[in-house]
Amino acid sequence: MTDAPLSPVREARALKRFKRAWDSDFAYSFRRSPIAVISFFVVVVLVLSAVFAPLIAPHDPFNPATLNLMNGFTAPMEPNAFTGEVFLMGTDDQGRDVFSTILFGMRISLFVGFSAVLLAMVIGVTLGLLAAYIGGWTETIIMRTADVQLTFPAILVAMLIFGIAKGITPPEYRDQMAIWVLILAIGLSDWVQFARVVRGATLVEKNKEYVQAARLIGRSRGAIMLRHILPNVLNPVLVIATISLALAIIAEATLSFLGVGAPPTRPSLGTLIRIGQEFMFSGEWWILFFPAITLLALALSINLLGDWLRDALNPRLR
Amino acid sequence: MLAYIIRRVFQSALVLLIVGLVAFAMFRFVGDPVDNMLGQERTQADVERLRQQLGLDQPFPVQYWRFLEQAVQGNFGLSYRQGRPVSDILIERLPATLELAFVSGLFALAFGIGLGVFTAIRRKGFAANAIMTLSLIGVSLPTFLIGILLIYVFSVELGWLPSFGRGEVTRIGGWTTGFLTESGIKALILPAFTLGLYQMTLIMRLVRTEMLEVLRQDYIRFARARGLRERAINFRHALKNTLVPVITITGLQLGSIIAFAIITETVFQWPGVGLLFINAIQFVDIPVMAAYLMMISVMFVGINLIVDLLYFAIDPRLRVDRSAGKAT
Repeated sequence: MTDAPLSPVREARALKRFKRAWDSDFAYSFRRSPIAVISFFVVVVLVLSAVFAPLIAPHDPFNPATLNLMNGFTAPMEPNAFTGEVFLMGTDDQGRDVFSTILFGMRISLFVGFSAVLLAMVIGVTLGLLAAYIGGWTETIIMRTADVQLTFPAILVAMLIFGIAKGITPPEYRDQMAIWVLILAIGLSDWVQFARVVRGATLVEKNKEYVQAARLIGRSRGAIMLRHILPNVLNPVLVIATISLALAIIAEATLSFLGVGAPPTRPSLGTLIRIGQEFMFSGEWWILFFPAITLLALALSINLLGDWLRDALNPRLR
Repeated sequence: MLAYIIRRVFQSALVLLIVGLVAFAMFRFVGDPVDNMLGQERTQADVERLRQQLGLDQPFPVQYWRFLEQAVQGNFGLSYRQGRPVSDILIERLPATLELAFVSGLFALAFGIGLGVFTAIRRKGFAANAIMTLSLIGVSLPTFLIGILLIYVFSVELGWLPSFGRGEVTRIGGWTTGFLTESGIKALILPAFTLGLYQMTLIMRLVRTEMLEVLRQDYIRFARARGLRERAINFRHALKNTLVPVITITGLQLGSIIAFAIITETVFQWPGVGLLFINAIQFVDIPVMAAYLMMISVMFVGINLIVDLLYFAIDPRLRVDRSAGKAT
């Protein structure tokens, strides 16, 4: 407040706005739930440290010039026998700092997770709106496709899309494309949830008076769907998006762990766990342990946050 | 009723046709099959001859029809990577996956129902609450991390159980089984537990909810008033009425057990079809991918169909509701 002097009126208004947000049901329920507060805190810390990874990371794990093979297999917080360097979470076989690789790996995990959910959301919401508002054959085709896809577990669909995409891309581009292919695979495997929920909500909304009014004054179909119905069906979409985010991050980690995801040259958390697993038997536990615990914290806190959000936005469920 | 069954069977056939189209499109358009089969030294004449042999000069629907004909007979051609018929490889690998799925399904069912009943009866007890909390965490844990954790505890630290493979297997006809040797059974424990854990928590939560619902009913109160023992009430009266939905869900979960077996098999290097599929994706071995896809869809669609029909047969209320709904 010392840097940017606000006029007393604006200050009072800002304070009032803040107070209203603070007193809302939503914020109250948030404050009352220690689990929500803690998991929100964890998510924020993890996301921020992933976003600012280049600033935080003590080493650049992808620059071979800064690596020193002598640092290989240094245990956490113990000085290396040859170089005397100390690493917070130890190093892997090539002397890469595990803490730094986790920060950069989490970046990829979060990027893939967010993008995949965004893709699934855009596809699902669009198709759900179209299916419910237009009806007829459009609806039949969209919803039958959803039913067929729902017969198969999402992770299997994602694997299949990944495999096909890998077959289509020429070998020399595969590593570069892997991240985008992952986003496509997870996004396409996950749109069904969004489409079903949006369709259900739209079917209810489209017969309400405000939609009829909009139709009477001659607004186009597209405008009615986007400007009138969409804002009213967004609450459940938000809840599903949060839960989908945790699922997408786990799906990405699983695919990468299985070796059909992010390549070792651009490792995500799953790839790091895959690499770390090889050293589990020889006693270098930290190469596996820290990426695994990070993934766990990320997935669990997003999951818990999603659970809380569902209850908070949907009091009828309780 | 008959119309419903016919419609359901028709739908299932349609799903399989669509999946078949996807599998066929993979064959036809992901990489050039001629390229994959001929080596570097080839003449234009070779290419033409092979194209004709494979029927690639025919129109698309004809090719698709031929593919379906072959697929129904279980013929998916040669694996690009191993050079052997895909059907042979699949049949060789199938027993490992089926045994794993069977044992973990059994484990999930037995413990899921047991713990579900327990947590429903002792709803307020400490142990029941602890189990419920643990199950929440268990659902959030990715399968492969559970597998790694188990390997770390029981193989690396304690050294009790093997961390990979099937142990010694006995060959009975075309089937290989790990049930008959000690090492085979030991090797089965960790993978089966890993695979079954998620399904177990699902079944447990379902049984618990259903039990709590049933225990509130009047006939349970009446059974108590008659002075029946708690045991008889809980198991003979209450549990029996919770089992219909449990059977349905378990049936549907059977499909996902086979799908999640891919992850478990990779963690434990279990030589089943799931591991085969993952390797096929890594090496873009299209025939194996297509055959696995077809095989697993036949299983899924078949299970779904059977469960639907079973549900219909078990619960007569469904039939009434359906016809009543149509009349209005």
